[in-house]
Amino acid sequence: MKKDFKFYLKLFYYTFKLSAFTFGGGYVIIPLMKKQFVDKLHWIDEQEMFDYIAIAQSSPGAIAVNASVLIGKGIAGTKGALVAMLGTITPPFIILTIISFFYKAFSSNLIVQNVLHGMQAGVCAVIIEVVYDMGKKIVKTKMLLPILIMIFAFLAVYIFKINVAWVILICAVIGAVNIKIREKKK
Amino acid sequence: MIYLELFWSFFQIGLFSIGGGYAALPLIQEQIVTIHGWMTITEFTDIITISQMTPGPIAINASSFTGIQIAGLPGALIATFGCILPSCIIVLTLAFLYKKYRKLWIVDGILQGLRPAVVGLIASAGLFILIAALWHGQKFSLNIDYIALIIIAISIFLLKKFKLNPIIIIFSSGVVGGIVFSLI
Repeated sequence: MKKDFKFYLKLFYYTFKLSAFTFGGGYVIIPLMKKQFVDKLHWIDEQEMFDYIAIAQSSPGAIAVNASVLIGKGIAGTKGALVAMLGTITPPFIILTIISFFYKAFSSNLIVQNVLHGMQAGVCAVIIEVVYDMGKKIVKTKMLLPILIMIFAFLAVYIFKINVAWVILICAVIGAVNIKIREKKK
Repeated sequence: MIYLELFWSFFQIGLFSIGGGYAALPLIQEQIVTIHGWMTITEFTDIITISQMTPGPIAINASSFTGIQIAGLPGALIATFGCILPSCIIVLTLAFLYKKYRKLWIVDGILQGLRPAVVGLIASAGLFILIAALWHGQKFSLNIDYIALIIIAISIFLLKKFKLNPIIIIFSSGVVGGIVFSLI
């Protein structure tokens, strides 16, 4: 495949389109990316794609952005990574910029405030459901350490106001030490 | 220097939000509401609401939105850049290491420690939002917003029972809120 201007334009177009029309975050866009770049275009093979997905999910940041950087890099090196990343972040950037403008103009309107207030209640419900679902999975493992980590993280941030970054770092270290100990026992 | 502050805040959000989706919420809340006071908890919830109804990752949406509100278009560009920079560097480094060593057991271990932590952190951010919705940012009292409480209860029921799409739930809550809150 020739890596000319037309190629990069295509890469930008596909990542832009995927990002602009995918609602529901990283877990939804990943399978669609696989369909586009593996099944339809054959720009990367399936095994490579699975590796990328694993890395994208275990790295910090938005999964969709991580995945597009890796796919771009896999197809066309650093330039490809840059183009794919720009394609992915441009749509939300434009959309939120426009909304932000309207938000300033409309958020003082009483009816808009009431609608947003209602939506706020809906968002609460969605987050409660997500936490319940994720928490249930942790409790179901019946392992003491994950359950303790979950409770510790909540108390540390909510009650003791410890910086989220510190909590993340501490829990990451606990996880790494734990797997090292288990590996030695084997 | 507001640009530097925006960059550094969103750099931290990008660096420490692991696990996708809602994992970024507690970090965004801490940075833009608690530490810098760039937004109220209500405005923060509005960002989540807007993010749920538009495409794109929450962290990117939050950086564009906050950046614009605080320092205009350059602010939005800088915040977004700060947000994606750490993950770009880490992803490319990991990809390089992965090709060399195939299995990174330490990454597995770290993730095992982080998964339950992320649940606790989202719960913390969720509780802040819940209190904002029910008590409008005031302290606990009997003066609770019953309409919001009813909307939340019915929404949870619909989510659990019929597995309705969150976008539909949020949208209908908005319609109900717009009508009921305006009538009383």
